[in-house]
Amino acid sequence: MKIILGVILYIVAAPLVGGILAGIDRVLSAKLQSRVGPPLLQPFYDVLKLFEKRTMIVNRFQNAYAWCHVIFMAMTGAFFFEGGDILLAVFALTLAGIFLILGAYSSNSPYSYLGAERELVLMLAYEPMVILTMVGMYMVAQSFSFMEIAASQRPIILYLPGVFLGFLYILPMKLRKSPFDISSSHHAHQELVRGLTSDFSGSMLALIEIAHWYETTLLLGLVYLFFSFNPVVGVCAAFGTYFLGILVDNSYARLKWELAFTSAWGIALVLGGGNLAILYFIAGG
Amino acid sequence: MSFIAKSPWILHYDGSSCNGCDIETLACLTPVYDIERFGVINTGNPKHADILIVTGSVNHQNRDVLLNIYNQMPDPKAVIAVGICAITGGIFAECYNVLGGVDKVLPVDIYVPGCAARPEAIIDGIVKAIGILEMKHQNMRIKSKWRLRWPWKSELKFSY
Amino acid sequence: MEIVLFLFIAPVLAAVIQPAIRTIRSRSIAAVGSAIVISGGVIALFFLDIKESPAFFTAHSNAVNMAVLAGEILLSVYVVITGLKHKRYLAVLLMLAQIAIILGLELFYGDRLSAAHNLFLDRFSIIMAFIIGIIGSLIMVYACGYMKDFHTQHPEVRDRSSFFFIVCYLFLASMFVLVFANNLVWLHFCWELTTLASFLLIGYADTDEAVNNAFTALTMNLLGGLAFAGGIAYLCVAHGIVELDRLLAMNKYSVVLPVVLLSLAGITKSAQLPFSGWLLGAMVAPTPSSALLHSSTMVKAGVYLLLRLSPLLAHTLTGSMVTLVGGASFLVASLIAVSQRNAKWVLAYSTVANLGLIVACAGIGSAGTLWAGIFLILFHAVAKSLLFQSVGTVEHRLHSRDIEDMDNLINRMPRVTAMMVVGISGMFLAPFGMLISKWAALKAFIDIDSMLGLVLIVLLSYGSAATLFFWTKWMGKIISMKNKKIESGNMDAAVSRQELSSESIHAVLTVVLCLAFPLISQLLVEPYVSRISGIDYGIARGNYVIMGIMVSMLIALPVIIIRLQRHAQFVMSDGYTSGHTVSSDRHYIGSLGIDRKISMKNIYMKEYFGEKKIFAAGTAAGILFIIAMVAGALI
Ligand code: SF4
Repeated sequence: MKIILGVILYIVAAPLVGGILAGIDRVLSAKLQSRVGPPLLQPFYDVLKLFEKRTMIVNRFQNAYAWCHVIFMAMTGAFFFEGGDILLAVFALTLAGIFLILGAYSSNSPYSYLGAERELVLMLAYEPMVILTMVGMYMVAQSFSFMEIAASQRPIILYLPGVFLGFLYILPMKLRKSPFDISSSHHAHQELVRGLTSDFSGSMLALIEIAHWYETTLLLGLVYLFFSFNPVVGVCAAFGTYFLGILVDNSYARLKWELAFTSAWGIALVLGGGNLAILYFIAGG
Repeated sequence: MSFIAKSPWILHYDGSSCNGCDIETLACLTPVYDIERFGVINTGNPKHADILIVTGSVNHQNRDVLLNIYNQMPDPKAVIAVGICAITGGIFAECYNVLGGVDKVLPVDIYVPGCAARPEAIIDGIVKAIGILEMKHQNMRIKSKWRLRWPWKSELKFSY
Repeated sequence: MEIVLFLFIAPVLAAVIQPAIRTIRSRSIAAVGSAIVISGGVIALFFLDIKESPAFFTAHSNAVNMAVLAGEILLSVYVVITGLKHKRYLAVLLMLAQIAIILGLELFYGDRLSAAHNLFLDRFSIIMAFIIGIIGSLIMVYACGYMKDFHTQHPEVRDRSSFFFIVCYLFLASMFVLVFANNLVWLHFCWELTTLASFLLIGYADTDEAVNNAFTALTMNLLGGLAFAGGIAYLCVAHGIVELDRLLAMNKYSVVLPVVLLSLAGITKSAQLPFSGWLLGAMVAPTPSSALLHSSTMVKAGVYLLLRLSPLLAHTLTGSMVTLVGGASFLVASLIAVSQRNAKWVLAYSTVANLGLIVACAGIGSAGTLWAGIFLILFHAVAKSLLFQSVGTVEHRLHSRDIEDMDNLINRMPRVTAMMVVGISGMFLAPFGMLISKWAALKAFIDIDSMLGLVLIVLLSYGSAATLFFWTKWMGKIISMKNKKIESGNMDAAVSRQELSSESIHAVLTVVLCLAFPLISQLLVEPYVSRISGIDYGIARGNYVIMGIMVSMLIALPVIIIRLQRHAQFVMSDGYTSGHTVSSDRHYIGSLGIDRKISMKNIYMKEYFGEKKIFAAGTAAGILFIIAMVAGALI
């Protein structure tokens, strides 16, 4: 019963949190560029407007992909926060991501297609680091459950500083932020139009936006886990990370996919793998 | 009130302009004018856009492109012709390749005169277009009975 | 016991009647019939014998032993003659050495060669029998349709279909004995039979390339066979045992050398680095035989043996080296698969990769890895067989194995595309079996708590990222839609009934196995793992629930969504192409009035994942690990 309530709470609350974060992102970015910027609730206006518009589709399968994307994204988050296995949650997150990619492939337009291809390259780039992060969490907290890790009272960040840095490095890829917004950008005028989402419109685009909010909360939940020994610190750290992301987003140019891929793999190996190796040594010796 | 008034996304298309109006249009996005205050985003993708801003005249080459882009914008949508070129063809009107203003091919809702049109005028045009968008949305609502187009509800058949 | 014999006899009978068959029709009736009979046998085995497993059967008979010996001699004579004919002296030499060992054993230690129990049966063998029986015989049904098209499209290849079917059925029969044999001499004989069968199948087309690759396969596997024979000889001479169960009961430090030799045999057969070459070369064979080799037989024999040996491998240097060979193969093959355009090569590299993972699991030998390894075998067999079959079908319609030519396949062959999508999802997507097994393997690697575990975790995380990449881009390629509607005169109609039915059953099996996964785990795998490892092993029940929900959602959601929106009138539009009008065959008129074609190609990242470079590095690593393994045993 408690779990069901929790799931419902998550499904309702997560997009609100994600949406407000997106709003803060836009306001802050505007301030950084010395503009006034849109109202805080602008992302909600945008999504509601998209529901008001007609939906233009290339083929009917696209809708199924968009729906599956958002449903699996929401489910992954619920699963993650309600104490499921976080490693399994990461794989489920991949499944949700794959649906969006397939939707973009399905439309067969050059921009969507290239966007899908680049998103895949990004997945290739960040996947090792994500798995290593989960493994690190397990090694420190001896559990794969969000609740138990959060309750373990161990300052995970002290054990996994390298893993945390590596995770920070790949975070912009998942949040679609510069310097890794190569597959689809929040901002217009990218060389791929809107990349992945070029051929989604109206309510389908709105669904994808909502899915992105879910993903944002999930990722920040992961950041929280690093600092979960103290909930206040944890929440601050999660938001701090997000603001750091905004700062980086506004101050760095977009990288090429080659560099994104090689650097992410290198960092995963050096920071992630190195950190875990040290943990193993300490545990063994 | 509908949400479309709060988040009009624009698409900027450059016909055969001299680039004067283009620069003024982009100037709307700069910190000085900051049109994002009204929720405006320059999308660069017709499928996401609500307002089509055309600068420069229509010629034989870009006629089809313009039409295609317009057709790929989902309803409700509005068109703004910015600058005298987009309105009548301007100083290029007599050229062998120029058809004339945008309204030769598309139904234009707002005309923003000037050579080049000033950013204030363009912003004014966009705000006026928002009113028209709302009106079109009202009409759609009356026709389809649904306030929000929930993705599982059927949509009316629509032809361009 | 009777059913075990029945499972051996049924495919032999199916092979025997082949020469009498003249028409395609009667051949497919025979194939369907034998598929039903063999599958029935497997199911009966499951229901009747599961309670008494593990069961050991004496099945003692001098006649059988003599027949095995005679078979070994005949086999070696055949190999020697063909080897001499094609001037492949290495193969001849290996064969001679091997038969010398076997004959020497028979002559000098003949009295020790009689086993107390020749056959046995336990839950792991039942799973293997399921794979061999059901998947194998379905592949034979598929082959009926395939071989007909194959010979119409390749008139240069001599039609030896009945020979092909005979070899395949004998292959299945020897695989059955292989998984039930407790007598290592019998096991070895079947091992060599599968080597010979794959040699014959690879060389089927009789071109220079085919013969060449067939001999590569033969030589590499004979090397493994020789190691196997050496292992038996050592065991027999030093310890006086020829039974698998008695070997497993030995102290693992007293049988280091024979275990190394047997592991070497397993590594060659499962095409791990540095022996991967033969499996890649085997691609020249007709697709049904590739499907057989990759999914239900041959390579599975290698990992079967290694998983059987895994209690002896746990916590030893041999085990660590086996694990490293497997892990390296997993990473290297996954990375190379990214750079491959040819569908069959992608499949081949993915097989090497997945087998690598199983081998790594076997080398670790903990309860968790054993569990994961068995499930990897099972799920890989079904999904890979499905993929090979659908690639074969597509190849016959498009006359190409190039993934780039499968552009918009969903418009042209919607049904086959659907099967292919199921197969690909089965290989790497979340709620499907392969990924769940990988997940379990990852957890087991963490739990062993040693540096080796960390190395494996890193290898696995990079390898699975590559896996994700190459499967998704393939899937994207085939589901991208050129037109809004599926073409009416699509090519599905031309696909033979046998091919379609076998593929459909596979697709259903892929999904059903996922749903039945908790059941299989509880009834078959967990008891086996608990018995072998001595600890009560099980997966947390909550995870089953989640997986069940995900699988059902994955099946139901797309259907529900598309049904719900059946009456919805969406505004249809073409993909965004900067305002240009693009015709449905993807041409547009450029700005200078020139007709241009749009074509999209996938990323292959050849500069990072170039085949030559990585393969060479992987081979070097493999050789190094194997040398370390052998040296460790000798010291
Ligand atoms: S109206 Fe004037 S400034 Fe604008 S495009 Fe035409 S000529 Fe240039």
